[in-house]
Amino acid sequence: MTVQSTGEAPSLSPSQRLFAVLSDHRVLVSLVALALLPWLLPSKALAVNVLIYGVVVMGYNLLFGYTGLLSFGHAAFFGAGAYLTGIAIGRWGLPWFAAVPLAIAASTALAALIGTISTRTRGIYFSMVTLALAQLVYYVALQASSLTGGENGLRGFTVDRINLLGLPINFLDPVNKYYILMAFAALALWVQSRILNSPFGAVIEAIRENEQRARACGYDVERCKLIVFMLSGAISAVGGCMSALHLSIVPLDSLHYQTSGMIVMMVLLGGARSFFGPFIGAATFLILEDVVSLWTPHWQIVVGAIFVVFVLFLPKGIWGTLLDGLPVARAQR
Amino acid sequence: MDLSLIIMQLFSGIALGAVLVITALGLTIVFGMLGVVNFAHGALFMIGAYAGLYLASLTGSFWWGLVLAPVLVGAFGMLIERVLVRRLYGRSIDDPLLLTFGLSYILVEGVRIVFGSDGIPFPTPSQLVGVVDLGVGFFPKYRLFVIALVAVVLLLLWLMLEKTRVGLIVRAGARDPQIMRVLGVDIGKVWLAIFGLGVGLAALGGVLAGPMRSVNPEMGTLVLAEAFVVTVIGGLGSIVGAVVAGLMVGVCISMVALFAPEMATIVMFALMAAVLLVRPQGLFGLKGRA
Repeated sequence: MTVQSTGEAPSLSPSQRLFAVLSDHRVLVSLVALALLPWLLPSKALAVNVLIYGVVVMGYNLLFGYTGLLSFGHAAFFGAGAYLTGIAIGRWGLPWFAAVPLAIAASTALAALIGTISTRTRGIYFSMVTLALAQLVYYVALQASSLTGGENGLRGFTVDRINLLGLPINFLDPVNKYYILMAFAALALWVQSRILNSPFGAVIEAIRENEQRARACGYDVERCKLIVFMLSGAISAVGGCMSALHLSIVPLDSLHYQTSGMIVMMVLLGGARSFFGPFIGAATFLILEDVVSLWTPHWQIVVGAIFVVFVLFLPKGIWGTLLDGLPVARAQR
Repeated sequence: MDLSLIIMQLFSGIALGAVLVITALGLTIVFGMLGVVNFAHGALFMIGAYAGLYLASLTGSFWWGLVLAPVLVGAFGMLIERVLVRRLYGRSIDDPLLLTFGLSYILVEGVRIVFGSDGIPFPTPSQLVGVVDLGVGFFPKYRLFVIALVAVVLLLLWLMLEKTRVGLIVRAGARDPQIMRVLGVDIGKVWLAIFGLGVGLAALGGVLAGPMRSVNPEMGTLVLAEAFVVTVIGGLGSIVGAVVAGLMVGVCISMVALFAPEMATIVMFALMAAVLLVRPQGLFGLKGRA
């Protein structure tokens, strides 16, 4: 939510002013929260996963939350980012700092391709088409096993050491790993915030609210949808790159429909249309998975039921509902 | 390549397509009527296969499974409509989709709890084991039966929709539910029945597909994608479209499997992409719906 500067409204109470300042610096506030995450959660592994999926879901939120396009195929971009990072490092011998931009660029090209076809359709069609095209990517990766490792996933690339300005850092240490990966997340957060604050950010929200009217105002709706699809794919691909660097393998499942579904669940649990909601959603989903799988291997039935309850009664998600309930946040609208 | 082999593969494609037609039909009828795309359709197909298998082993006869599974699963579908989906009419079109997606999670995991995660073989009914001589080659009896049964179901559906009073209400309700209400028709009941019918068709597809592919909790995912591809190619909400596109996709898959097996899983998506580039609303879809 864009918040107007506080200067023109002198009647704000101190708490409202504080909230406005926090909203104005949402990237910084988000980063502080993420920096504390490994010390708040029970394990570093969980924190890394929240960070990675938070970035993926944030990219997805640009498309679903802000533009109102419900894609069921975002695993394609997450998976493409991960696979291409792994292939560039393991097969082509590139260093990680060359592999990651390459992977993001190629994933964006994939998003352009899928976006060109899927943004020709509207409404429910869009969800079905993105699902089908993402399955196409999945089967292509399954068949091209000489490059991708097929069913076994991609293996044989490990980044154990990252050279930061001449200072070699042990990447296998979980704390180092978390904060290095957080640099990627910081970049993604900054880009996301810039997009949302730009005139283009206003246009995509206008398309969500009323496509006909946006068109009547002279905006090229199809082109905007394609651009936002590509941006969303690119940000989700950043999460994929982070996942590849973190795991040193890319499981075939990262391209699967289940992963696309998980991204959708996370954004809804956290709160679509909110800046930090994706991280809350990723954390909620992963903590639920962790806790419930302690006493039953069938954690999916619990997560599925909770998701259904959210769709029925809390469509704004945890973060969105929380922000709605805060009187200081409401006054800003 | 041998011509008879190609003809046999064509028949296989039609049998495969027949199951796709039944499954996609359930999806498309519900959408045409209620404007809801059921993301649990694949999971309900899978439930149908398990229900058919369970009922067949309970009664000792495949035929009871074939008849009872779609009816029972269809009734379960009506329960889903009444308890869950109904609450979301009038909200964003994405909401029923998200809800049924969450439901598919629950259904798949529920089946894993009851029947385990491993695949179960679905025996072909004893009367339909073996092959028949079609003149150009031998063809499995069971597949021939599937083609015939789907043809009969399609005929019955067509008769119901076009020649009966109920069909008239259904078709009018798809056009304008408001007017139907004014005319004193309880459209809620029609929606309930249609949702049940759609789910029942998914279950029938599941039972029919059982002996042709392995039965496992994850089988619904591919089926959902296949049903989506068929309805997108045919045009969402179009019954003729579902039939034509279903057969087209089935034949395409089995023909490609003959010449380039590694491309078989990919070809239907490519077909869909090609159709979308030329006609975004699908072959038989109405403009403006897409």
